Amino acid sequence: MVGVFTPRLEMRGVSKRFGATRALHRVDLQLRPGEVLALVGENGAGKSTLMKVLSGAIAPDEGQMWLDGELFRPRNPLDARQRGIAMIYQELSLAPHLSVMENILLGIEPTAGPLIRWSEMRRRAAAALREIGMGDLRPDMPVNRLSIAQQQIVEIARAVALESRVLVLDEPTSSLSRGDIDRLFALIRSLRQRGVGIVYISHFLEEVQEISDRYAVLRDGELVGEGPTAGTPVEKIVALMVGREVEELYPHSTRGDAGEVVVEIRDLTCADKPRSASLRLRRGRVLGIAGLMGAGRTELMRAIFGLQPVTSGEIRVGGYTGTRSPMSRWAQGVGMVSEDRKQEGLAIGLTVADNITLPRLDGLGPARFVLPSRERAAAAKWVNRFSIKCASPAQRVAALSGGNQQKVAIARLLHADVDVLLLDEPTRGIDVGSKAQIYRLIDELAAGDPAAGRPAKAVLVISSYLPELLGVCDEIAVMAKGRLGPARPVAQWNEHQLMLAAIGKE
Amino acid sequence: MTADSMNDASRKTARASIWQSGWVHTLGQFMALVVIFSLFAFMVEGGKFYSLRNLENVARQSAVYATAALGMTLVVIAGGIDLSAGSIIALTTVVIAWVLNLPANDVPAAAARESRYLIDQWPALLPLLALGSGILVATAAGAINGLLVVRLRLVPFIVTLGTMMIWRALAKGLANEKDIYPPEETWLNSIMDPTLTSRDASRSWMLLPPGIWMLIVAAAIAAIVLRYTRLGRHIFAIGSNENTARLCGVPVERTKIVVYMLAGFFAGLAGVLQFAFISGIGQPTTGISYELFVIAAVVIGGGSLLGGEGSILGSMIGALIITILYMGGHQLGWRNWRQEAMIGGIIIVAVLLDRIRHRALD
Repeated sequence: MVGVFTPRLEMRGVSKRFGATRALHRVDLQLRPGEVLALVGENGAGKSTLMKVLSGAIAPDEGQMWLDGELFRPRNPLDARQRGIAMIYQELSLAPHLSVMENILLGIEPTAGPLIRWSEMRRRAAAALREIGMGDLRPDMPVNRLSIAQQQIVEIARAVALESRVLVLDEPTSSLSRGDIDRLFALIRSLRQRGVGIVYISHFLEEVQEISDRYAVLRDGELVGEGPTAGTPVEKIVALMVGREVEELYPHSTRGDAGEVVVEIRDLTCADKPRSASLRLRRGRVLGIAGLMGAGRTELMRAIFGLQPVTSGEIRVGGYTGTRSPMSRWAQGVGMVSEDRKQEGLAIGLTVADNITLPRLDGLGPARFVLPSRERAAAAKWVNRFSIKCASPAQRVAALSGGNQQKVAIARLLHADVDVLLLDEPTRGIDVGSKAQIYRLIDELAAGDPAAGRPAKAVLVISSYLPELLGVCDEIAVMAKGRLGPARPVAQWNEHQLMLAAIGKE
Repeated sequence: MTADSMNDASRKTARASIWQSGWVHTLGQFMALVVIFSLFAFMVEGGKFYSLRNLENVARQSAVYATAALGMTLVVIAGGIDLSAGSIIALTTVVIAWVLNLPANDVPAAAARESRYLIDQWPALLPLLALGSGILVATAAGAINGLLVVRLRLVPFIVTLGTMMIWRALAKGLANEKDIYPPEETWLNSIMDPTLTSRDASRSWMLLPPGIWMLIVAAAIAAIVLRYTRLGRHIFAIGSNENTARLCGVPVERTKIVVYMLAGFFAGLAGVLQFAFISGIGQPTTGISYELFVIAAVVIGGGSLLGGEGSILGSMIGALIITILYMGGHQLGWRNWRQEAMIGGIIIVAVLLDRIRHRALD
């Protein structure tokens, strides 16, 4: 029997470990009927793991869940869905070639024997759409002809048709306009009236304040704070998320005069973006590029590194123009860390040593030979220096945590002893501890240590996380719609100005 | 992180690393080989299965697959596949026979006298030329496979499915759709003949047939290249994650072409052995569906068709396992269909075990 005080969903002591990584540690969470709970935390804090446990995609190592007072132990995502858990992810999970009604009733199609009852299907889909106030959406429209916002509505209608008890929205507003966001919020409020428990995951804390009743903060897999949203200042939530003062996170040693220009780009234009971008990288300086996703920052970096064709413009590395290929860049002392660790950054099936030494295999054996013992020794040096947590350099990268994987990707540049580091989102999705280490490393490399024979290096950092850019960079330039603005000293920027420049309203 | 959980973590990773060790893996395959061999040794009457003659036959029978598997291992580790291996084997036998026939057929009278003289003076010369031509054509065929994969940006499966037919068509065209019989036997015919169990006592000093020595040397070189050279590192990197390899400055396209070229080269060597095995004729219809057994040997030996994994030693063991299943089944009087079903089952079980091992790792 479901009483007033029975939580819709209760999680108690949920823990999950992936190899050496503690993804979740004894998380307790309660969700009441008709409540919007905001789940916040940095990338890698464990939000998505927790939701995967809820949706039955992974089984927890410890802990239990109850749904309306009943023990809830989903065997798989289908099982969880049938018990009333609806998930709406950032990447929509609709079948693009099927119609609105087919998507809404996917898996629960009304049938007569082996045949689908199309009239019943249309009626039920229309009813679900009406119920959420979207009766004007045509049930037989193919989903790939709808806007992103409309597709999201179809997903929500699917949750309604399934009579879901818990609805999880993962970053639902990241690609919506303000008008669509208002409509979505109205929809969330009407679902709340119907007693649905809603978990709302978002990085946008202003939205969290606007829509949620309560908040819960995850950090490094632990629940570090929760409470009513009303009356809680955003700063308090941020402090809980980061867990430390910003100053100690971003070391910034005093640097001497800027050194020589090692990379110079003039009017660089690629097929789509960037358009006519110019910048200079100097030894002893960290240049940051801010901007929205899709502004062309990654394309710019890839063009510099020879991974993307250039239409016009000039790239000088160490004074030379000429062939652009990753191979020649490494030879010229330029190294890059990719934003996409799994798809490009690392060969996760290979060992730590393989990944670190791949760009520079010379010196690891006579002629063109590579001796595994020397390869491991060379890698072990960076594993120690950078405190990469692994059983040995011969361990496969797949077994490492995200933060340690990223350190492997960066250690590769140290092994190759490059002068110029191109870092695309170097701290995306990793734990705070690893982040702090990477920030310290960037600072050390940029400062150099002439006494120890280590000249200062030039660093280019792309990041979507503004506090990070403001913390580690000497200069920041903003890219908006393929156009790169001028680089200015970091003291002349603040988050607000960067954001305005990024949306092109400077 | 507490000290306690740190210990937990390191214990877990330490255990994983033992399972990751390549030697443990190879040992497992070797055990499988021993178990399968012992089963047949036990079941075949009169100890015939572990007689010297049979052991030598196992080695001889598996040599063609094993030699082609050297190249296939490189291709599979690099994340590709070569369906044209069987056709290249056939093409090689035809080219060898065709060259051996040259003096008899197509040479003008004056030159014929010259070459007759050479052949009489240096009886090893013409077979050597034939062998070189065969391997050269096979290597060129492999290089073309690689160029097509790289330049047309088509998946290797499709490219080599196409060239599988084209190389065989070439073999048939060159041989006029008939078997080519060289005018006389040469030393090429005897490179796969028995040694220890030969009636000819003068062969026993070789211990193994020359063709098998060739295989052993080739396998050792391939294994060293794969494990201890830059090319080997690059092959593994491309197969594991091509994007990462490119990011790290690996010459991805060039390496792929080299890999397919080597696959052609080793298929050519296999063709030389096959030529001797089918008693020295050029047969355009030989080696049909050999590529599948070769791929099976690589996969049983731990190769992953997703790339990034595989070993020469494993593939050699795989080739032996397939041969033992065939010969053992034959000697037990099993019908053909039972042998084939058996091998099919073994392939699936081998891959399944490998996947389970992987899941335990990740």
